[in-house]
Parts: sequence; C-alpha cells; structure tokens
Amino acid sequence: MSNSAVQTESHESHGPELLHHFVSAEQQRNTVSLAMWLFLATEVMFFGGMFCAYLIYRTWYYAEFAAGSRSLNIWLGTVNTVVLIGSSLTVALGVRAAQMGKRKLLVVLLLLTLVLGLTFLGVKAIEWHDKYVEHHIPGASFSVADLVREYPQLHIDQRHAQIFFSLYFAMTGMHALHMVIGVGLFLYLTYHAWKGTYGPKYYTPIELGGLYWHFVDIIWIYLFPLLYLIDRKPLK
Amino acid sequence: MATAAVSAERENYLNKEYGIRSWLLTTDHKRIALLYLVSITFFFFIGGFMALLIRLELLTPAGDLVLADTYNKLFTMHGQIMVFFFLIPSIPATLGNFLIPMMIGAKDLALPRINLLSWYLYIAGGALMLYAMVEGGVDTGWTFYTPLSTAFSNTHVVEAGLAIFIAGFSSILTGLNFVVTVHRMRAPGLTWSRLPLFVWAHYATSVIQLLGTPVIAITLVLVVLERTLHLGIFDPNLGGDPLLFQHLFWFYSHPAVYIMILPAMGVVSEVLACFSRKRIFGYGAVALSSIGIAVIGFIVWAHHMFVAGISLYSALVFSILTYLVGVPSAIKVFNWTATLYKGSISFATPMLYALGFIGLFTIGGLTGLFLASLGLDVHVTDTYFVIAHFHYIMVGGAVMGYMAGLHFWWPKITGRMYPEWWGRLAALIVFIGFNLTFFPQFILGYMGMPRRYWQYPPEFQILNVMSTAGSTILAVGYLLPMVYFMWSLRYGKVVGDNPWGAAGLEWKTSSPPPTFNFDETPEVTWEAYNYDQIPVPKEAWLEQ
Ligand SMILES: [Cu+2]
Repeated sequence: MSNSAVQTESHESHGPELLHHFVSAEQQRNTVSLAMWLFLATEVMFFGGMFCAYLIYRTWYYAEFAAGSRSLNIWLGTVNTVVLIGSSLTVALGVRAAQMGKRKLLVVLLLLTLVLGLTFLGVKAIEWHDKYVEHHIPGASFSVADLVREYPQLHIDQRHAQIFFSLYFAMTGMHALHMVIGVGLFLYLTYHAWKGTYGPKYYTPIELGGLYWHFVDIIWIYLFPLLYLIDRKPLK
Repeated sequence: MATAAVSAERENYLNKEYGIRSWLLTTDHKRIALLYLVSITFFFFIGGFMALLIRLELLTPAGDLVLADTYNKLFTMHGQIMVFFFLIPSIPATLGNFLIPMMIGAKDLALPRINLLSWYLYIAGGALMLYAMVEGGVDTGWTFYTPLSTAFSNTHVVEAGLAIFIAGFSSILTGLNFVVTVHRMRAPGLTWSRLPLFVWAHYATSVIQLLGTPVIAITLVLVVLERTLHLGIFDPNLGGDPLLFQHLFWFYSHPAVYIMILPAMGVVSEVLACFSRKRIFGYGAVALSSIGIAVIGFIVWAHHMFVAGISLYSALVFSILTYLVGVPSAIKVFNWTATLYKGSISFATPMLYALGFIGLFTIGGLTGLFLASLGLDVHVTDTYFVIAHFHYIMVGGAVMGYMAGLHFWWPKITGRMYPEWWGRLAALIVFIGFNLTFFPQFILGYMGMPRRYWQYPPEFQILNVMSTAGSTILAVGYLLPMVYFMWSLRYGKVVGDNPWGAAGLEWKTSSPPPTFNFDETPEVTWEAYNYDQIPVPKEAWLEQ
C-alpha cells in the first residue's frame, strides 16, 4: 500500500499515531473531532425522521398514544434512564483518566461503561418480551383489547394504537442498534486501552467514542419522556 | 514545463505501484476517484440501456416491445440507478474526490480511509441493486411511494430500498470528508475568499448530503420495516399516512437535485473562467449563491405534492419558496454571462459543454418555475412536461457539467490529451441528441401525455418518434467520449502540467500528480482566477 510505505518511512519524524497527510497532531485532532461532530449531526437527522412521524401521529392520535404510553413499564424505563446516565458519567471519567495517563483506571471505567450498556440492553429485551406477551407487537397477532378494556373512556382505535407501538419499536429498536454498535466500539477501545495505546499525548479515540456514547445517551433522554411519560395522570 | 520524456518517467500516483491490490486497498484520493469513475460509468451505461429500451417501447403507440409490468420495472430501475448510483456520486465522488485536496493544497482528503470505505459502501449498495434487478426488479417508480411500495407491489422493494440505504451512507461519508477537508486542510494563505468556486459548490453540496441523506435513509428503513414486519407508519390500512412518506421522501429528494447540479455549477465556473481568460464576474455572489441554493433548497420540497392533498396554504408557501430558490440560480447564470462579456473566448470541448450547460440549465430552471406555480402545476403534474423539465436539469445540466469537467481535467488525471476534434464533435452530438430527445417531451406533456405509461394515443406518435430518434443520437454522443478517452490513455498527446494555462493549485503540480499531490506544501498569495497573470499557452487544442 503506497500510503503506509511512505508513512512508515516518515514515522521517525513524528509519532505512529500521526497520519502522514496531517501537519501536526493538533490538526489531526481538530480534524477528526470535527468529523465526529458532523457525523452526529447526520445522526440527528436520521432520528429526526422518526421524531417527525412521532410528532404528527401523537398530535392526531393522542388518546391512543396516551394509552400505549401507559402500557409501558415506567419503572424499567426509569431504571434504564439512570443506567444510561451512569454510563455517560463513566465515559466522561474515562476520557479524564486517559488524559492523565491512568491506564488501569481507564480500563476499569471502560469496562463499567460496557456493563452498564449491556444492562440497558438486557432491560430493554425484558420490556420487549413483555410487549410480545401482551400482543403489543405490530403484525398479525397485534391486539390492544387489554387497553380498550382498561381505558374505555379513551375510545381507542386499534389501528391508531398500532401506530404508537410501531413507532415505539422503530425508535427504541434503532436506539438499541446504536447501543449495540457502541458496545462493539467500546470493546475495541477497552482492548487498546488495556494495551496502553492511549495516554496524555493520544486519547482522541476515547474522546470520539465518548462523543458517540453521549449522543446515544441523549437520544434516550428524549425517547424516555416521549414514549413513557405522555399522559400518566389518573383518568377520571 | 516538463518534456514528454521526463514526465513519463516521473513517479506519479498511477505508476507508483501496480497490481489490483494497490488499487483496492488504496487510500489515495486520486485512485479512489478513478475507482468511482469506473464504477459509476458502469452504472451509467446500465441505466442508459434501460432508457433506450423505454424509448424504443414508446416508438409506437401500442405496447409492443415489452410487457406492461416490464415497462414499469424499466422506468423504475432507470430512475433508481441513474439517481442514486450515477448522478449523486457523479461529479463529487470522481472529480471532487480527485481535485478538492489538490485545489486546496492538501496531500489528501482529511479522512482517507473513510474515503475508501465510502467506495466500498457504494459497491455494496450497487451489488445489492444489481441483485434486485436480476432477481426481477422493482416496479414502484424511483420514488417508492407508499402504500404501493409497502402493501401492494410484489417486486424486490426491500432489496432496492436497502441498496439505496447503503449507497446513501457512501454519499454521507463523501460529504462529511469534503466538509472536514475544506475546513481543516487548506494550504497556508488559502482563505475562504480565495477558494475556487468548484470547492465552494462542493462544500454546499456536502452540507446537503450530510443533512438530507440521513432522512431518506430512515424513510427507506421505515418502508422496509412496514413491508416486512408490518410496522404501520405510512400504510392507511394500518392507520398511517402516505403523505408523511412523501414529505420525508422529498425532504431529501428535492435537495438531492442540488447534490447533482451544484457540483456541475462548480465545474462550469472553473471552465468558463479558463476559456474566457477572466476572473469569474461576481466571485462572492457566485460562491454565496451555492450556499443560498443549499439552504433554500431544503425548504421547498412540498412542491412535489401540490396535487397530493396538502393544504392550500402550505402549498402557497412552498410555491413562493420555490420561486425564491430560483434567485440564487439566476445569480449564477447572470454572473457567468457577465464573465463571458469581453472575455477572450476559445471554444474547446470543455467550454462547449459548459456553454451547453448554461443554456439547458436555464431552460430546465425556468420550466421548474412553471411547475412551481400552483395553477399550471395541476395541468402538467405527472405528464411528460415534468420528465422533460428534470431531464433538462439532470442530463442537460448535471451530465453536461460532468462531461465538461471530465474533459477539462482529463489531461491532469491521465497526463494525456483527448483528441480535441472528436471531443468537439461529441459535444455537438450530445447537444443535438439531448434537445431532440427531451424538447418534444415538453410539448407532449403540455398536450397531456402522462408519464409512466407504456402505450399512448396515436396523435402523440410524431413527437415520440422524434424523442426516440434523439435518444439514439444521444447514445452515440456518450459512447464517443468513452471510446476516445480509452484511446487517449495510450495514444493521446502527452501534456505538461498546465495545458490549458488555467489558474488553480491543481495545475501547479505535475500531470499526473505525485501521490501526495505537491512536493512542497504550496503557499497561496494570490486571488482565485488570476488569469491576468497567467500567459495563454500556444497549444493546438486552443486554436479556433
Ligand atoms: Cu423539487
């Protein structure tokens, strides 16, 4: 490969982590961090399509959305919110540990993040399974007879309720997919942190991984109230 | 200027390494540009072949060449392949990829490995698209309208949708790379006000790619989920609203037109300045109008939905906004025209294409304003008038710009000149063939011939025969450059660093350029298009 040949030649003049086409480590760091921010902007637009659909259907089918929202397990949702915020804290501390060159602390914090991330996914799986048991998964066996019985005063239309659950699965599913990617990313980072790749001079990957993790976290911070907390006050 | 013998020996990005591996694993933006060039040319000819079959079917009023279902698949796959696998990547992924680092005095794009990844994503998407095609194709129209696409069509919607989803990420990554590169990799002294307009145009394009493409990505995901898992989002039977699909689809697909046309406008600015030997008139206005087009282009999408049942008031707003997006486009056309005034003009091949662009884009743009007016739109919606309008923009505009750029930078890319006489002949053939193909379609549409039908009443036949005849001429016009470009790789005259006497950093390095573009990072102390300081070369291809 032509580039790597040149890069190995010139690596004597700068560290191995500086790619040849950059002038300085600072330029490289500024460049990749701008790239990450732009990527997150595209992610906002990606989720934005679903948020837009949510906004419209919630306005049209408010009663069904409220009933659907009530059927979600608010305690599991809250636990997951706390778990994710906690994982963002461990990530932030991890960036700090990398900057200060504390290798072992960094590895521990990254592992903690992974554990919290997997906990979130586990809880999410339990919630989805509950929905499966309740026949709330859109498709042939979809039924909201239980909600119709429970909230007769809301006059629930089954098709409109299905929209709520479609969006619920699309949005939480897409979020969970991002979590899975994040877990993969952090496995990679943990391995390299273990090997001692990162330190005060070179911690950009930890920073970028952290940005991604925080972003996925923020998406959940929006999803939680939008899906779980639509209307929880006692019905008359 | 280096003599032929010396420049043939000099190490450059082409002769530095040989073998298939050195190409498939390259991170050199110039080599990736050539990978893209070969791939999109392949898809261009597939899409073009389908267009020819469509035109052949329409030679006679009866549906006699293909079955009605096949016809539906032909126009669908023609549109999807041409839009997503040719036009969207065309200029940015080839010329933009090749030139932007050189134009800003950088060694490479900011993210070379992401650049290679973007090509592989394109190839993966393209392969899936071809799979969908040979498995039986798609018949929803390139627009994937629901509920046809999610509930009724029995064709390979899922595969095609995922193919475009994957190719979309290739497009996002290219745009992301360009934005980061322009921000972070400019040579010392190269301020924003000294950037070539080609770079400005690509910057604006990239912003659209970044913010628009994710929306069509999620939209296609939702279509696939609705089709496979019956998640109800768009299907009225499941409580959804098809209009939401149309909103989300056009939120990307209108700005996508600017992904196609803005880079072509960038090419035209470079070519016009060089062959008028003048600084572009109103440089700042032309640069900012690219940004203006990108911004306003995002808020006009519902003009595709005037007859779909949106509220009259929102239609009114979108109509006005659509008129507004004509302003920055017109600014460009006026400034280009002013650049020509008292210029020392030579009609080399790139210039012929650039002039063709201005004329055809103007027609396409003005007929776009017809379509933006609420009353007239009702009359011509879903007729051949619409087909003619957007082909004037996409083929008359984007492809003409692409051809202009390909000829202009061919000596830089390959180190050899294409045969100028053949180039001008092909440009002429393309111009004639194009107008003969698509101008009659304006009349057909105005007379009421609907799009997407395989048969038509006999009174439309004469104009359809003209259109089909034009399409075969156009095909010759596209095959010719294919042949003489290949020919020139071996037999073309070897050129020096700057055969056109053009301004711009890319002409200050050798042809073909070395792997890292410049031996020393250049320092820019001059304004863009300083043609008053560059001598006119005495070259045969500039003679009248
Ligand atoms: Cu449009």
